[in-house]
Amino acid sequence: MEKFITLQSTAVPLAIENIDTDQIIPARFLKATNREGFGDNVFRDWRYHKDGSKNDSFVLNNGKYAGKILVAGDNFGCGSSREHAAWALADYGFKVIVSSFFADIFKGNALNNGLLPVQVSAAFLKVLLSEITDNPNTVLKVDLVEQSISIEGTNFKEQFEIDAYKKTCMINGYDDIDFLLSKKDDIERFERNVVN
Amino acid sequence: MKKTLFDKVWDAHVVTSIEKGPQVLYIDQHLIHEVTSPQAFKELENRNIPVFRPNQVVATADHNTPTLNQHLPIKDVLSKNQLKQLSDNCKKHHITLYELGHKYNGIVHVMAPELGITQPGMTIVCGDSHTSTHGAFGTIAFGIGTSQVAQVFASQCLLLSKPKSLRVVINGKLKNGVLPKDVILYIISKLGTNAGTGYFCEYAGEVFENMSMEGRMTVCNMSIEMGARGGMIAPDAITFDYIKGRKFAPQGETLDNKIAYWKTLPTDAGATFDKEYVFDAADIEPMITYGTNPGMGIKITETIPTTNDASFEKSLAYMNFKKGESLINKAINYVFIGSCTNSRIEDFRVVADYVKGKQKAKNVTAWLVPGSKQVEAQIIEEGLKSIFVEAGFELRQPGCSACLAMNDDKIPQGEYCVSTSNRNFEGRQGQGSRTILASPLVAAATAIEGKIIDITKQLN
Repeated sequence: MEKFITLQSTAVPLAIENIDTDQIIPARFLKATNREGFGDNVFRDWRYHKDGSKNDSFVLNNGKYAGKILVAGDNFGCGSSREHAAWALADYGFKVIVSSFFADIFKGNALNNGLLPVQVSAAFLKVLLSEITDNPNTVLKVDLVEQSISIEGTNFKEQFEIDAYKKTCMINGYDDIDFLLSKKDDIERFERNVVN
Repeated sequence: MKKTLFDKVWDAHVVTSIEKGPQVLYIDQHLIHEVTSPQAFKELENRNIPVFRPNQVVATADHNTPTLNQHLPIKDVLSKNQLKQLSDNCKKHHITLYELGHKYNGIVHVMAPELGITQPGMTIVCGDSHTSTHGAFGTIAFGIGTSQVAQVFASQCLLLSKPKSLRVVINGKLKNGVLPKDVILYIISKLGTNAGTGYFCEYAGEVFENMSMEGRMTVCNMSIEMGARGGMIAPDAITFDYIKGRKFAPQGETLDNKIAYWKTLPTDAGATFDKEYVFDAADIEPMITYGTNPGMGIKITETIPTTNDASFEKSLAYMNFKKGESLINKAINYVFIGSCTNSRIEDFRVVADYVKGKQKAKNVTAWLVPGSKQVEAQIIEEGLKSIFVEAGFELRQPGCSACLAMNDDKIPQGEYCVSTSNRNFEGRQGQGSRTILASPLVAAATAIEGKIIDITKQLN
């Protein structure tokens, strides 16, 4: 897994609430058997009309907005457990997703793929969305070590929470398999002791 | 200390804890399917590690399978490849697979309980968010991502922080025609789609105590739709009776010992929950959704709320519904009865009871998709198939089908589908399709009338 320490980037505003994983990557694209290439179809049915033409009103097709940070409405990533959603966002080029609330499974999937979910207050999200929308050149800084997100050149800054173990994994590029394999003796002992 | 059902099962599975961090939780049973497993198998191969406990993994093909002509080769090249990879991977890693056509094949959350694989007090995971279904047995069961599928393959464990606890209590007696699906749609409509995020939910009270196992599965299935990773119901005599005699259920003395243990699992009197909600069974009526998330539900007799909010309005625009309007008399051309929420034999009995001797409306395409080969066989054995055929319904072969429309079972652009599935997200049942979630009874009535009707008028 790629390491994540800090990131400075412009951002894409997507002020829609309850964005579910079916919108992030529709089920018909889940037939692939590898992890790569899902970025082409991220938000497929919002980016393209059914005839395949681009939907110019969707933010990812608006030339004004670009960047490695997606700032989205409340309850991002609800619905299906498909990790393809995290793969698609990362494959498209996002490194950070900002929202005021994340669904559990999506959050875990993102962290397992070096995609950092940054949960901010509803008030801070509102500021971010309006700043980015009004000024697409706005640069955000995400600092994982000090767990903060700020708008460069302003005083707007907020701390965010992250599980200490997951933070260490992100900063060092570790993943859970390595850790679990290191616990094999404990696991086998547990199995021997189970009465039921 | 007083413990909840969830605490008891969780604590019994903690292998070790990281200081100020997650715990290593042992997983008793891992269920896999073709869509979320191939990348996990690749991960193992890249690292050159074996599946640690292949005997604790069971596989089925369900998400991507056709529901017609299952005996013929699959036409869709990508689907065919995905199923072949599942077969190859299972063979290579010595995992039991109920592949397409096998007498035990079916939707993973229908197949495992009916075979007795799902048992109280277990931890069960699957790369599918509706794994919460198995919580009906007093099981900690939840959906995981593919990286976690690889972790369970490698170690039979997951690294997790213990979720908070939530209880939904409903006492009283359900009205005639109010089904378990209505109960869960009602709960989600009251609590919203993220009230449960970060929590495991226990459903308690007379309504759940009096519910069949299949009904309990319908309720627990949709826990994830209010954000809860899982839902649980205390195991009791109904649970034990359901398990007894099933293919992989314990037998004889082993079963007696298990039951003695299972009886210790219910939440202790006086145990506390981080959050609790109480509802009255008398307030629940047949439900229906009008929007693009499962929390956007109303009693079938109510009108769409008049909320002023951009996301709410976007949702109504997608559905082509207006604030304040009733859904009664809306013309409907598609009805889907199936999915891991409502594709068990009791669901088809409800439908058969209603449609017997009636004819579906001419404008309606009505698909009935059993949850498993065993359910399909029982439909035939109980004589329900002929009732369906005579009523003009199409009984298909088992699979996830039009719940997520990965296969060819898609609802056309712009069409409404009254569906017994679990998600009404934009495009869920096909690009541009519009899903209205409801119980099997409401779905059956819609198919007969060709429009949404006030079913409560027929019940009283």
